[in-house]
Amino acid sequence: MTLKTIVKGKVTGKVLKSSQPINFLGSVDKKTGAITDQKHDLFGKKIAGSILVFPNGIGSSVGAYTIYSLKSNNSAPAAMACQKVDLTVASGCALANIPLFILSPDEYDSMKDGDEISLG
Amino acid sequence: MELTEDEEESLNGEHGEALQTAYRILSATGEATDAEKLVPIHWAHVSGVNYNTIGDAGEEFLATLSKNAKFKVRTTVNPMGYDRDSVEKFGLDENFIQKQESIKKSYKKMGVTPSFSCIPYEIYDMPQEGTQVAFAETNAAIYANSIGKLKTNKESAFSALASAITGKSPYSDLRKDDSPTMSIAMKVSDPNELTFGLLGYFAGKVADKSVAISGVKNLDKRCNKSLCASMGTSGTCGKFVLDDNSSASEKVDFDEKEMQKVYDELNTAESGDLITLGSPQLGLEEMSGLASMLKGRAFKKRCLIFCPRAIQEQARHLGYAGQLESAGCELMSDCCTCLTPLVTKKDADSVTTNSIKGAYYLKNSNGLDVNLKPLSEIVRDETS
Repeated sequence: MTLKTIVKGKVTGKVLKSSQPINFLGSVDKKTGAITDQKHDLFGKKIAGSILVFPNGIGSSVGAYTIYSLKSNNSAPAAMACQKVDLTVASGCALANIPLFILSPDEYDSMKDGDEISLG
Repeated sequence: MELTEDEEESLNGEHGEALQTAYRILSATGEATDAEKLVPIHWAHVSGVNYNTIGDAGEEFLATLSKNAKFKVRTTVNPMGYDRDSVEKFGLDENFIQKQESIKKSYKKMGVTPSFSCIPYEIYDMPQEGTQVAFAETNAAIYANSIGKLKTNKESAFSALASAITGKSPYSDLRKDDSPTMSIAMKVSDPNELTFGLLGYFAGKVADKSVAISGVKNLDKRCNKSLCASMGTSGTCGKFVLDDNSSASEKVDFDEKEMQKVYDELNTAESGDLITLGSPQLGLEEMSGLASMLKGRAFKKRCLIFCPRAIQEQARHLGYAGQLESAGCELMSDCCTCLTPLVTKKDADSVTTNSIKGAYYLKNSNGLDVNLKPLSEIVRDETS
């Protein structure tokens, strides 16, 4: 069970997990969904279609448009799940209709990269 | 979050699509921050104006939204992609200009004040202390909370846009009274604006919503803006207070070693092919300060200065703009270093700047190397 649902939706998919926060504007390619920040632990990976599990969003307020653009370009994650939700991720997912969940610390720790899971 | 009957109807689409979209956004941000209700806001500042950052999807979204949406409160906007007076010099393609003009048109249709600035706090009178506003641009949100004593969360482009349309925002986090749970002791001596930029980047990484900073007395405008901008870049923290007696439970030091770590993360070049000043855009005080630093000197390289149009016009009347141009500076308005489409790999491999925020995005979004220096050293090394 997730701690809280921010944007509703049922989804099954593969976890792509990062231990680092994500600045959507500075480090995600809005066309391809690839992580472009060389210092990020997901560098080079594509977030499209995944259940993206990460601590929280950071940085630019315009990252919300990046999330919306990812959806329009069919490169968005199927869902996102975070430890805490910042306004950029919450509003971007709300407009793009990407299911978004806040996880409890135990749940967050137990999710492993590559796990097949269902949320919502 | 509890909604009034009218808000509930809007969320259900009974008052049109634009309001429904706005309330969907506010519901999500309200839930995410455990807000119990929405409160009125008196000024919105929206980001998401530059075609370089919002792209086709953003341009189309705004074109559709603007058919029905009207801003309910005073709404100012962030910089866009270029200065219309000099856009020809930069070889942007026709598509970029067309899409950027469409974005401008959409915002104008919704009733925006066309400020195209990331420093609304330097061009407009600030409202009374404690006024609820909704600022998306992160440096402006942090400045409004920390120095302007206004109340805003670190809004996103969409949450501020939703607040502009509804005149409301979730009552949560920094909108309530909030005392920092973390305190940072500033241990670096003789700091300049770059030091405060590095401190802000560090603070954004370690602090959550707000942070106390000890060991710092008064900051000048350049240092304040540098601190606000870099703090907004690296994290979620939306406010700082200068306080030597904070009761924060967590305490960390910012010393030479921590400073070096941040510097090494962001500084990737020994020198720059060109210089950019302004992220955040320069205000009048910084323009006049730079003009006097440059007396009798001229830049040996291209130097781009970004400032709001309102400031450039004042600087021109007061003579500073002419002095800066005589020293080889190019003044650009309505746009900024941060996320600029005007400085690319085609023009340069590396850029010299005193902006931590600029450095982060020049590296990560524009793919350029960055040489970080305080303004005093830029003037010393790059002019003759």
